Amino acid sequence: MDVQLNPEESSLLRFTTAGSVDDGKSTLIGRLLYDCKSIFEDQLAAVEESSKRRGDEHVNLALLTDGLRAEREQGITIDVAYRYFATPKRKFIIADTPGHVQYTRNMVTGASTADLAIILIDARQGVVEQTRRHAFLAGLLRIQQVVLAVNKMDLVDYDQKVFDSICADFMKFAEDLENPVAITPIPMSALNGDNVVDASEKMDWYSGPTLLEHLETVKVHLGEAHVESRYPVQWVIRPMSDEHHDYRGYAGRVASGSFKVGDKVIAYPAGLTSTITGIHTFNGDCEETEPALSYSIELADEIDISRGDLLAKPENPPHVTQNLDAMICWFSEKKMKTRGRYYLRHTTREVRAVVQEVVYKVDITTLDKVAEQTEFSMNDIGCIRLRLATPIFCDAYSVNRITGSFVLVDEQTNNTVAAGMITRTLDGADDSDAAGAYAI
Amino acid sequence: MSLTHLQYLESEAIYVLRETAAQFQKPALLFSGGKDSIVMAWLARKAFYPARIPFPLLHVDTGHNFPEAMTYRDEFVKEIRANLVVGLVQKSIDEGRVVEEKGPNASRNKLQTVTLLDTIEEHQFDACLGGGRRDEEKARAKERFFSHRDEFGQWDPKNQRPELWNIFNGRKHFGEHFRVFPLSNWTEMDVWQYIRQEKIPLPSLYFSHQRKIINRHGQLLDAETGFVNLLEEEKAKIEEMTIRFRTVGDVTCTGAVLSTAATLDDIVAEVAAARQTERGTRADDRRSETAMEDRKKEGYF
Repeated sequence: MDVQLNPEESSLLRFTTAGSVDDGKSTLIGRLLYDCKSIFEDQLAAVEESSKRRGDEHVNLALLTDGLRAEREQGITIDVAYRYFATPKRKFIIADTPGHVQYTRNMVTGASTADLAIILIDARQGVVEQTRRHAFLAGLLRIQQVVLAVNKMDLVDYDQKVFDSICADFMKFAEDLENPVAITPIPMSALNGDNVVDASEKMDWYSGPTLLEHLETVKVHLGEAHVESRYPVQWVIRPMSDEHHDYRGYAGRVASGSFKVGDKVIAYPAGLTSTITGIHTFNGDCEETEPALSYSIELADEIDISRGDLLAKPENPPHVTQNLDAMICWFSEKKMKTRGRYYLRHTTREVRAVVQEVVYKVDITTLDKVAEQTEFSMNDIGCIRLRLATPIFCDAYSVNRITGSFVLVDEQTNNTVAAGMITRTLDGADDSDAAGAYAI
Repeated sequence: MSLTHLQYLESEAIYVLRETAAQFQKPALLFSGGKDSIVMAWLARKAFYPARIPFPLLHVDTGHNFPEAMTYRDEFVKEIRANLVVGLVQKSIDEGRVVEEKGPNASRNKLQTVTLLDTIEEHQFDACLGGGRRDEEKARAKERFFSHRDEFGQWDPKNQRPELWNIFNGRKHFGEHFRVFPLSNWTEMDVWQYIRQEKIPLPSLYFSHQRKIINRHGQLLDAETGFVNLLEEEKAKIEEMTIRFRTVGDVTCTGAVLSTAATLDDIVAEVAAARQTERGTRADDRRSETAMEDRKKEGYF
């Protein structure tokens, strides 16, 4: 059953889930979908039948989310899966990612589009190495909201002391994270439904929101707070028709900030200034853009602008750079080596890049920085220095998730081999100091 | 101001459509006359306005169409000033590329894959935009926006490119191609709410009407067009029913639902109360638990 949202008022929340194997993550998602009536009879009937065939004791809600044959056979999740449900207040997109060590890359992928992360903990196990890794990754990807879901409370007699001690452990560790996150701990039992959608009757000592109440009300931003206005050009619209003979519109989606008719803008890489004369959509013209929406923008002057260029405002220019440091997560079985050459894809731009050096690698167990490394294997995370063939127009990832992120693409296979988050730019007198202050 | 969920989904789809036009030499938009492909074509018109859609619509025609869907197709294509390319399954059969299934459950749905791949090769399309949504089926939940296919058109679920932020990697070798799904993050409800918001015209099949129907193992199949092979004993059991279709595709595998929903408001209310997925009405997905995954690996949409 699909809940009917009020299309005028409902917002959207994207979140990701992370947990170790057997923390009950798939069960939690199954429970959210089930209790929000987002599961259909035919889906449930199929799951009941599969559970019976496998000899499971309960109806295995995890089977709702494990879609591929190998996963159903092995009872594990091997890739990022996206799930959807809605309440009258919000539409939700879940990036369901597996928690095994070797699937760090999936967690990074799921986290890249998420506004919130749910980190699952088995109440019997408490904070484990995996938990620390998940919190580190949430911070690295700049997810500002974290829900600490202390699950399987039914197996510790719904004991408040267990919950309090796990929260204290986690908070202590979270204080040391370089990127602070807002943490909301919730005790729950996904199997029995305690505090997932409905408040638990067995934990009257807990007065906070249920998971769903929190998800429905938590505030997330969509780039409104940004002072820097960024508009990467995707495509140039030239109708070449009699009706729109001289029309030349720059099609794009606002990455951050806003643009108004009459605003002065600088076009990169040309570096030329012009004025916005029109902001168009199929539904009509606008005076001002909204973050994350798509437009076609016209300028007063005929400047040579094409895909991969960027419109920004003179008062808050981007960093124009060919040398940068970035945190990366390596995705490929083929190792990354110093001097390796890749395509770097940043917003709508693609440039060639060479790895100058590995600044450090992060030991994923201790989260220590390890120096003097020369290669990255699959799922490795760390900081590298890149030299680009032509400049990109960027911001630090810590201030802008869209203009601060990139992927690396293998020149031979064309596969996406790394996710990158820009930490600092290294050329230009005006860049060095300010940029050097960016934390990872 | 915060965006409504429909504004977000629309902008995301427009972004993906523009990326497709920019990153590929010769894309095509798979158009079946079903509501998802109609919404996708509508969004393509918005994405490139006031210019025309810079790629053709491609209809893989099984020949087993509802006449209403064909009339609609031709009018809609004219209305949005798009170019239409048609790939005929009948042609694949005539050329001996595929063999028609026999028996009461015979369907050309599976044969479409060959026709699609042949048409892609004939026209050298390097990206096909599809209206597939991740909420439709469990194998689709792991599909990418930019889905890489090898030179045999196959999908390898274990070897997909990771997609991060809003960066889509469409680099490919010669002979390889992509399927692109701009509506990945939409649900059936989102599609209906968007159709209502935008006042998009739809084929009449989606609205309640009287039709001759045969009830086969709980599936309500059309008995009017003659494309569903009826068993002798079924012929006596044809009933006139008040129905509508939740999906519109090949007649032989499109199931109807009993419905009096005559307006978009009625349909939105009906979808909100539905207890079966829309693919639950499709015979092709019921063939096995992993039917969709298996067909996708072979090159199905």
